[in-house]
Amino acid sequence: METAVTKTGTEDKIWGGGNQPLKVSYGKMMMWFFILSDALTFSGFLAAYGFSRFKFIDSWPIADEVFNHFPFLHGVDAPMYYVALMTFILIFSSVTMVLAVDAGHQMKQKKVIIYMFWTIIGGLIFVGSQAWEWKNFIKGEYGAVETKAGQILQFVDTEGHRVGLEEIADPQEDVRRQHLEKNGIWYEAEDDLPTYTIDEIRAGFAKRNDVLIRTQTLTEEGEKTILSREESLKRLQNDAVGIVEGANLVHNEYGTPLFANFFFFITGFHGFHVFSGVIINIIIFINVILGTYERRKNYEMVEKVGLYWHFVDLVWVFVFTFFYLV
Amino acid sequence: MAHDIAHHESNTGKIWKVFFILSVITIVEVILGIIKPAFLVETTLISMKLLNWIFIILTIWKAYYITWAFMHMDGETKGLRRSVVWTAIFLICYLIFILLTEGDYVYEVFKAGYKSWDF
Repeated sequence: METAVTKTGTEDKIWGGGNQPLKVSYGKMMMWFFILSDALTFSGFLAAYGFSRFKFIDSWPIADEVFNHFPFLHGVDAPMYYVALMTFILIFSSVTMVLAVDAGHQMKQKKVIIYMFWTIIGGLIFVGSQAWEWKNFIKGEYGAVETKAGQILQFVDTEGHRVGLEEIADPQEDVRRQHLEKNGIWYEAEDDLPTYTIDEIRAGFAKRNDVLIRTQTLTEEGEKTILSREESLKRLQNDAVGIVEGANLVHNEYGTPLFANFFFFITGFHGFHVFSGVIINIIIFINVILGTYERRKNYEMVEKVGLYWHFVDLVWVFVFTFFYLV
Repeated sequence: MAHDIAHHESNTGKIWKVFFILSVITIVEVILGIIKPAFLVETTLISMKLLNWIFIILTIWKAYYITWAFMHMDGETKGLRRSVVWTAIFLICYLIFILLTEGDYVYEVFKAGYKSWDF
């Protein structure tokens, strides 16, 4: 400790700042209080998520239907598995971190290096998985129709399986094409046009008697309401205004845009913590290799970044529960 | 602390034990999340499904293990432990209580109001 922390010369003066009631170094105590404030920030986000969810309690998207991808299993409905794997990777990197801290206590430089290396690898895999999850979410899978009020209408067959827009759309001539700079004297950039127009979907839907519309509203059993064929035709004709493919901050094919907003914001903020944790871990990792803490005869720095790293894991445990399980 | 570095014992056994507990809890959560047992979904306790209560309790249990075993909160002084844990728990409970109550109220307003939101 003496070598890691600057002395103030007040150590013996009980009334002059020399008293240490919490018996921890300044750095570690400040890490704890930083973690406390960060925990409150995350709770603010998650509680706000809970607020919005309670506000739309009868129409919130079902997580199992949104996050059901697994690498190399394209088209297979695999809810939960991927995120469970991510959780394991993060918990395991927490374990290697605490093993590094433990090795540091015993001044075993080699072991600290090995365990910190695996911690960094685990963190990188986690951030990569998060990116993959985002990619799937942004890209969307089936596509949906948005109504005047911003409600989402999805398509299902008579057995309740989802039907993608490409299976319904009836391609038409004369649809408006994306305006490109090379085609116009007057050019203003515009958003990408959806793959199909609402008229193509309407025309195609009218021909497909086996396709129905599913609304956002949840039934008593917690499933999405499926409309009858007549009602489906009526809603598509009267209310639908556009196509939504995937999700961004304004439109979301899975349901209310708030779901997407919170997903991007909370997992993004957490992902940023993991990323910065990896960077800090790398810095400390280099210091361990250089032998900085051997010379200090103290590995408390590893312990401090360890606290931060465990905190990132701690937050993920809650994000996992509230985004994917509950 | 400098004076106890010399006689630090290895906690490896305890660390692996905690990892095992955390893994088992996570596996139980995932299994429950996939099969969603009917009786847990249908039973409601304080306006929430029993299954969701189980998830939340298991999560807090995991959080306890991470904080106490991995972050070594069990080794800190009572003062530090309480100033961090009690502050967080008090403020978070308060925030959740007011926000969820308000969210439920807004839901009722949407449902019972004279405006249509679904058109």
